[in-house]
Amino acid sequence: MPKVIFVALDGSRRTIDGAAGDSVMATAVRNGVPGIVGECGGNRSCATCHVYVDDGFAARVGPPDDLEDDMLDLAVSDRRDTSRLSCQIKLTDDLDGLTVHIPDEQP
Amino acid sequence: MTALIVGASQAGVQLATSLRDHGYTAPIVLVGAEAHAPYQRPPLSKQFLSGAADLASLELRTAGFYAERGIDVIRGERVTHVALSGSGRRGAGIALTDGGRAISFDRLALTVGARPRRLDVPGADLEGVCYLRDIDDAARLRAHLTRAQEVVVVGGGFIGLEAAAVARAAGRTVTVVEAAGRLIPRSVAPMVSEFFRQAHTRRGTGVRLGSGVAAIQGWQGRVSGVRLLDGTLLTADLVVVGVGVVPRTELAEQLGLACDGGIVVDEYARTSEPSIVAAGDCTVLPHPLAGGGRVRLESMPNAIAQARVAAATLAGDPRPYTEVPWFWSDQYDLKLQIAGVAHGYDQIVVRGDPGAERFSVLYYRRGQLQAITAVNWPADYLAVRRALAGGTPLAPDRAAASDTP
Repeated sequence: MPKVIFVALDGSRRTIDGAAGDSVMATAVRNGVPGIVGECGGNRSCATCHVYVDDGFAARVGPPDDLEDDMLDLAVSDRRDTSRLSCQIKLTDDLDGLTVHIPDEQP
Repeated sequence: MTALIVGASQAGVQLATSLRDHGYTAPIVLVGAEAHAPYQRPPLSKQFLSGAADLASLELRTAGFYAERGIDVIRGERVTHVALSGSGRRGAGIALTDGGRAISFDRLALTVGARPRRLDVPGADLEGVCYLRDIDDAARLRAHLTRAQEVVVVGGGFIGLEAAAVARAAGRTVTVVEAAGRLIPRSVAPMVSEFFRQAHTRRGTGVRLGSGVAAIQGWQGRVSGVRLLDGTLLTADLVVVGVGVVPRTELAEQLGLACDGGIVVDEYARTSEPSIVAAGDCTVLPHPLAGGGRVRLESMPNAIAQARVAAATLAGDPRPYTEVPWFWSDQYDLKLQIAGVAHGYDQIVVRGDPGAERFSVLYYRRGQLQAITAVNWPADYLAVRRALAGGTPLAPDRAAASDTP
């Protein structure tokens, strides 16, 4: 059960036991983490699950593919190097403790 | 002040959640006819059907979430009767379920969805004729698909084409039969229909347009073929029917609510009895992009947006529906994204190259941008969706220029 830690804008942290194979977005939405909407259900169609991956995990999570890259470019108000759509990050045991920061707004 | 929400799918769950977000502290009861915990439907014809996703991964919320938010979820019981009290608070009443339960409510929301339209031809009840609406349908179809060799898909709409793509990708022989002269005729321009016909054909899926079904043929109770109106027999051991849906308006009719191809609601999700709200596939709503008429938007984004509006209305903080309709469909490696309403347009602008399977079509009415369909081009889709949402004009000649982002 890889844990995921969601850090809100005010610095508060919420730790959730995820399941390997689930996306970070689905883990957040199912547990009602505020600030991650996931309107399209994980189909790279809405960009409402944008997160900043914590620096310590950015390399392990990796970069977005082209389609996701386009979405981030267009839809996200404050894109950074660590921006990802959390629907495209699949949990693995290797990512246990994955920490992501929630942006101040979703499109 | 119990709020009763009838229908525990995307709209119902969103309505319950949003009510709590609005600070509604009274009991919320969410009743769903299906035995499963509320789940996402869009993947049923995509990742779930192909085996890439399981039921657990489709759950909308955890059991802990409902408990924490004080949302009482009743599963496996269908509300069969509902009536408002003759006296007392406006909008209060009682509902009865087929499980023998009586639920008193002070507020009522209908998020009852739609049922798949049945094929009304001889043989339609044979084993091997499948529909695709809920998780049980999808599981049944998935099981059939593992054994089937020849699949006929009746209906060239989104459900049919997505199911065809999954079946073809699994190596089956697949033929799509569509009664109209083109695919997905109600949602996209003819050239987009033609693109999808060619894209399916290129991948080995047969497409027969202008073909009505006369009968399903069987042998020993099982499907053996599909007889078309022109006499052609297509052999098949699996038939997938995707010929649209019928909104569930029975409860609304019991309540005397106006229905017209769905439960009629206004931009605040209020039915003709304003104390009762409705949201999702069961409704028809007014939309500025629909040219003043009402539309039924059968989509998850609409279910969510309209449920939020309905919750705000119930919570006494009404806000009109402003969401630009949007939708997507995955077929093979093609991602189709639609924003706006492509009805009543008089001009289209094509960007990109359909031959390269990456292009977009913008729809205009009297020079006014109305909608986009984009294939494998999310950037265009998002730009237009934003322009529509912000009311930004995007002139046809500018859109046609390839260097316009």
